Amino acid sequence: MTYIKPKFRHPELPVNAVGYARKDYEGAISTLCGGCGHDSISGAIVQACYEMAIEPHRLAKLSGIGCSSKTPTYFLSNSHGFNSVHGRMPSVTTGAILANRDLIYLGVSGDGDTASIGMGQFVHAIRRNLNMVYIVMNNGCYGLTKGQDSATADLGSISKGGVPNAYMPIDLAGMAIELGASFVARSFSGDKTQLVPLIKAAMSHQGFAFIDVVSPCVTFNNNPGSTKSYDYVREHLEATAAVDYVPEKEEITISYGEGQTADVELHDGSRLALHKIAPNWDPHDRLSAIQRLHVAREKEEVLTGLLYLSKDNETFHQFLHTVDQPLNTLTEEDLIPSQEVLAAINADHR
Amino acid sequence: MQHHLSGINDMVVRFANVNGTGSASANTMFAKAIFRMGIPVSAKNIFPSNIQGLPTWYEVRISEKGYLGRREGIDVLVCVNPQSMQQDVASVRPGGYFIYDSTKPLHREFMREDIHFVGIPMMAMCNEHFTDPRHRQLLKNIIYVGGLTALLDIDPAVVKGILEEEFAKKPKLIPPNFQALELGRQHVIEHYPHPLDIRVEARDLVGDSIIIDGNTACGLGAIYGGATVAAWYPITPSTSVVQAFEKYANKLRIDPETGQKRFAVVQSEDELAAIGVVIGAAWNGARAFTATSGPGISLMNEFIGLAYFAEIPVVLIDVQRGGPSTGMPTRTQQSDLLLAAYASHGDTKHVLLFPSNPSECFDLTADALDLAERLQTPVFVMTDLDLGMNDHMTAPFHWDPKRRFDRGKVLTAEQLEAGVTFGRYLDVDGDGIPYRTLPGAHPTKGAYFTRGTSRDEFARYTEDGAAYVRNMDRLLKKWETAKTLMPAPETYQATNQSSHGMLFFGTTAYPAQEALDRMAEQGIAMDAMRVRSFPFTPEVEAFIAAHEKIFVVEQNRDAQFRSLLIQELDLNPKQLVSVLNYDGMPFTADKIQRLIVATLQPQVQPA
Ligand SMILES: Cc1ncc(C[n+]2csc(CCOP(=O)(O)OP(=O)(O)O)c2C)c(N)n1
Ligand code: SF4
Ligand SMILES: [Mg+2]
Repeated sequence: MTYIKPKFRHPELPVNAVGYARKDYEGAISTLCGGCGHDSISGAIVQACYEMAIEPHRLAKLSGIGCSSKTPTYFLSNSHGFNSVHGRMPSVTTGAILANRDLIYLGVSGDGDTASIGMGQFVHAIRRNLNMVYIVMNNGCYGLTKGQDSATADLGSISKGGVPNAYMPIDLAGMAIELGASFVARSFSGDKTQLVPLIKAAMSHQGFAFIDVVSPCVTFNNNPGSTKSYDYVREHLEATAAVDYVPEKEEITISYGEGQTADVELHDGSRLALHKIAPNWDPHDRLSAIQRLHVAREKEEVLTGLLYLSKDNETFHQFLHTVDQPLNTLTEEDLIPSQEVLAAINADHR
Repeated sequence: MQHHLSGINDMVVRFANVNGTGSASANTMFAKAIFRMGIPVSAKNIFPSNIQGLPTWYEVRISEKGYLGRREGIDVLVCVNPQSMQQDVASVRPGGYFIYDSTKPLHREFMREDIHFVGIPMMAMCNEHFTDPRHRQLLKNIIYVGGLTALLDIDPAVVKGILEEEFAKKPKLIPPNFQALELGRQHVIEHYPHPLDIRVEARDLVGDSIIIDGNTACGLGAIYGGATVAAWYPITPSTSVVQAFEKYANKLRIDPETGQKRFAVVQSEDELAAIGVVIGAAWNGARAFTATSGPGISLMNEFIGLAYFAEIPVVLIDVQRGGPSTGMPTRTQQSDLLLAAYASHGDTKHVLLFPSNPSECFDLTADALDLAERLQTPVFVMTDLDLGMNDHMTAPFHWDPKRRFDRGKVLTAEQLEAGVTFGRYLDVDGDGIPYRTLPGAHPTKGAYFTRGTSRDEFARYTEDGAAYVRNMDRLLKKWETAKTLMPAPETYQATNQSSHGMLFFGTTAYPAQEALDRMAEQGIAMDAMRVRSFPFTPEVEAFIAAHEKIFVVEQNRDAQFRSLLIQELDLNPKQLVSVLNYDGMPFTADKIQRLIVATLQPQVQPA
């Protein structure tokens, strides 16, 4: 079956600063199960991109394989997309970023795609501090292969299969912080008021911005006993702070009680306003973030919000000292050495 | 006593060393001196998978007739490795020469009546004349080169010239090197008859040739071919490809104003990531390549299939070695053919190019970058350890300054704006090659979603079987188009002379050409063709059709090239006779000749 949406724009539809309507950020009609958390995340991506006035063609979306990795079809149909192979989105994105440093890169993955088959690539993408947004749609199971436990399933969590999970979970957000990711957040697909500003902040961030989004699989892992069900997550939600994304040009007009509010600045000059900040947590302090995650785990809380943001960091292109101009625009004149050079090389080998 | 080997400019000199002792540069210097005397020369490193302490050999073939392959039989052996001495003594041809460090007397058991021993007290001389222990070890190597100049009549001025260039940046080292050279030389002059009957004589037979290894040539080919992204994971024997690329790029691809780099090299976490990076970069419009060997190709398989189906122009340089991963990493083979030709799952086949010498490594790497973009598919440059890691005499590199990159069918913003119909997998021109767009090309036109299959001509998701078949058939059409773009095979006769033909490719060309001449001398007429690509071009098909029997000469056990011929050209297997070598050493002319003559035996009368 082929789904094509009619491309009709009502003349009165409101448009954003770059002249696009919200519709222009949508994709094909989703074929995921009704109620799947992943669809809400797609919606949040659409909203974030529309509100931030990103030109769709300046963004490239890449994914691995899984229900989650299918979602790039369901948002931003005016952006180039790449559904690659299972667990390997990070390497493909690495190459894409090297070829053209001027686009925004949005990588979408699942917990199977990232925490199992793609663990190696995930880890090394962090080490490179790729300038990208990396979203894991985390449902604790392999949706597309019908519900097997994934490596992020909590110990003892029971999916539809009915057998309690025997293994310790991998906390991708905690791991990302440990490995030096420069922006780490966690959110919940059912909490758009938090997710949308986090996605915006991640897009404004220069460097590797990771968001682990708990995203229930209604078909295989939404039953009682599962720690990734809508009910469980709602009951155990705890946030580091409430977040507001403040674009570069806007003034912050609201003020909050002392000790309760902070502003963190992002690389493009925009800010994330944090309200009702959890005690003993400083978004710029890696240790406090890790500690806060451990405490949450002990209390069986699903800790969401911004977890860690480094103040200054170099990205991959800076490590490699590449030219400012995208490599894919370099021409023969820029790339081919002269005849004399080749003659000298020949002479060196006689 | 016994007989002496004799002959001018026709010999094999083998050096037996311990790896990690600096012998490589002295040995290279020896080969280069012969080359500078205008005599064709080739050199092969025979080395273990180890960094220090195990035996290594360096074999130099000197050939007035210009034969650059391996030849059986060692005429002169220089042994500075006690570990391998027994085996080394045994390897010398009767009448040949064994040069050794006579600081300690030679073990009686090692003595042979039918060869000549030349002792030079290398260690003693070093200890007497040099103080720095590290220098002692290095200069010991120069001492035997000095001895060889006297024995083989090599012009010492040529060697000194090379030493001066070598140490141009450390001139303090020149006098001790000269001294060591003279010590070895004088010792031979004083104690042994010299020069030997087997020796060299200056000639003018190398023209404007250069001496270089294939890996460096591939790296340089990628520079001229416009690659801007290289991703790799170290593996012998391919490691020096990307290292050479990076070395040259650091000199030749620097923005003069900012000092920034016009290239990116990623040493990735494994080969899966390496090919992933190349695919991502190529999808996004940069020329990208990776270099690896068989084990790496194995790991890349899933991705190679994606690149085939998603039609992404990637270049892979496969420097082949003996399998498997723990197999013979430092020995040569041509045994990745089937692996590469049909790499991945599903129906896939890939373009392979077969360079035979470093000059072709340069050309075909640059061509591969063009072909990959023209055909929007993976292209493999199939070299091997012998070609990649050994120095070969080869034609100088040439680049036509008027040459432009062939970026293939990429729609520009202007074309999109003008309203051309864009279907990512639509065959507009009837050659099976669709048009592509690059991310960011145009604000509202040309975006598409890339996936392997399950899509129609306009890249829309569909699981319709008919759409799948249309796509697969178009890819076959593209394969037919590829045949028209492949480098032509090389033939060795103006018109066919015989009912027998010989087919070979890659480094097998060196000994195969020599075997051809030898057989001609024996009265065996044989036509020959060197294949340079897969898919096979019509010339290959015609050549096979024109002969009753075809000898397929290759370096693997399972006759993989023959399988490809049978499979792709629908041939009768009986027509193709395998001539194989798979011991990890380069094929020799002697063996090719022997194997072919043996199959022809009933027809050939002994001379
Ligand atoms: C190499 C390979 N192995 C196995 C599969 C089968 N497979 C497809 S999706 C998937 C799991 C996806 O899980 P996750 O990433 O969590 O995505 P979800 O469907 O849960 O969103 C697997 C194992 C595959 N596509 N490729
Ligand atoms: S199987 Fe689960 S993850 Fe996949 S679409 Fe359905 S609900 Fe979503
Ligand atoms: Mg999952």
